[in-house]
Amino acid sequence: MAERMGFFTDTSVCIGCKACEVACKEWNQIPDDGFVFEATSYDNTGMLGASTWRHVAFIEQSRPVAAGGDDGVDRWLMSSDVCKHCTHAACLDVCPTGALFRTEFDTVVVQSDICNGCGYCVPACPYGVIDRREGDGRAWKCTMCYDRLRGGLEPACAKACPTDSIQFGPLDELRARAEERVTRLRDGGVPEARLYGENPDDGVGGAGAFFLLLDEPEVYGLPPDPVVTTRDLPAMWRWAGMAALSAAGAVALAFLGAGKR
Amino acid sequence: MVPQAEFRSYYGRPVLKPPLWHEPHMPTYLYLGGLSGVSSSMAVMARLTGRPRLDRTARVAAAAGAALGAGLLTAELGRPERFLNMFRLFKPSSPMSVGSWILAAQGGLSAAALASDMTGILPLAGDGALLAGAVIGPLTATYTAVLVADTAVPVWHEAYRELPFLFAGSAMAAAGAAGMLGTPRAQAGPARAVAVLGAAVETVAGGVMERRLGLVGEPYTTGRAGRLMRAARALTIGGGLLAAVAGRGRALTALSGIALTAGSLCTRFAILAAGRASAADPKYTVVPQRERLDAAS
Repeated sequence: MAERMGFFTDTSVCIGCKACEVACKEWNQIPDDGFVFEATSYDNTGMLGASTWRHVAFIEQSRPVAAGGDDGVDRWLMSSDVCKHCTHAACLDVCPTGALFRTEFDTVVVQSDICNGCGYCVPACPYGVIDRREGDGRAWKCTMCYDRLRGGLEPACAKACPTDSIQFGPLDELRARAEERVTRLRDGGVPEARLYGENPDDGVGGAGAFFLLLDEPEVYGLPPDPVVTTRDLPAMWRWAGMAALSAAGAVALAFLGAGKR
Repeated sequence: MVPQAEFRSYYGRPVLKPPLWHEPHMPTYLYLGGLSGVSSSMAVMARLTGRPRLDRTARVAAAAGAALGAGLLTAELGRPERFLNMFRLFKPSSPMSVGSWILAAQGGLSAAALASDMTGILPLAGDGALLAGAVIGPLTATYTAVLVADTAVPVWHEAYRELPFLFAGSAMAAAGAAGMLGTPRAQAGPARAVAVLGAAVETVAGGVMERRLGLVGEPYTTGRAGRLMRAARALTIGGGLLAAVAGRGRALTALSGIALTAGSLCTRFAILAAGRASAADPKYTVVPQRERLDAAS
């Protein structure tokens, strides 16, 4: 097993160029996902989906900036979102066919020759990443460029990122680097800097793709405290088992109560 | 009334992807699976207590429900020709994998039990299949609650305690109704009792669920899902009350059976509609998670 690889997306240096979106599309030969003016700043991509594996979010904020007391200056937040490649991945857990699997790099990938398009992974993902492609019928998402990784290359988005906002590498190294970066930013007068998805004790056991954010996660369209749904699966089966027993008992009661005919 | 929740989001966009299961396929399958499962239990009891007409009706409902349901599920796939990939693995972490095997067993056993009963061939094997159905049947009727609860959709996931009972009640009402409608009144007494009990369980479980969930449960009471849920409740309560007296006449039986069937179907359509509404509004994802974080810090 190779080392666990991951993404660290440092949104504090993202310039919103969308080179990652384009590089991803080109390398992975993802079909067009429509050209729509969303009227949401410079974001005309909308969200991650079957044909969008990198998505750059644009947030325009009007708020007082502390330094210099220059009230009303706009702040721009830009962030390139991607599949989180969770340690405890709900999509992988619930996939009935085994089409979703964990690679030797500890990433989560769909095998398109196995997927039968049941769609269960879609509502299972706590981040709303994976989706079924219309007309194709199968589920698609970021593979962290599995083919490139096997060839010893870095993923296309990280390669194309001009500011190193998207960093690729062994997850342990990235976590250490992110810790340093967030400390430096906070000490340097950016107290709102925070890491998202780096904690192995969070609801998904830590994300293989984590972020440095400058506001609350929900501002970027990310869930503030995602939990893998299968964590409660044993409890769900217990309740279902009780309900099944109750139903069987009630039916028996209905017949025995009605007496022998 | 739940107070208006303050929360932040990315242009009001949903965090989650909505369940992409179709109407009428998925909710109709939920209904048919419930019908089939509880009908299997009823067939066993009818056989044991010597009610051949009710036995036959229940066997037909069990076999037809499973077969039609499996057809709907296959049509629901993005790649129906790869339906058999469902049986590549038995994967305990996936309720759909477990459910596929449950449904396969239910379909096979119920078909065998019916075929043996109709043809008189291999009566012992038929009885064996029938008895095995007593175990698989209730699972067929309730695993679907785990199927929907094991998602990130808040209105489904957070309801994982009550949903199995709601589904079990709905299934009993559906199977009781089918038994009433397809059996001479003199033999249909237990079917009416199953229907009454089912209607009661469904109504209570639904009420408890909505009360406990609070904000997260809002989609069950508002919009299209709310209308379907209210219709389901009215039909189920009405049908259940009628079922208690339906032994007195053919018209009462028909009215009760049809109301209960419609009620069970409405419940299933309401569940899917609520799931979609819950995933589409970031409020239901962000607010509970934010509250959890704030409480922890």
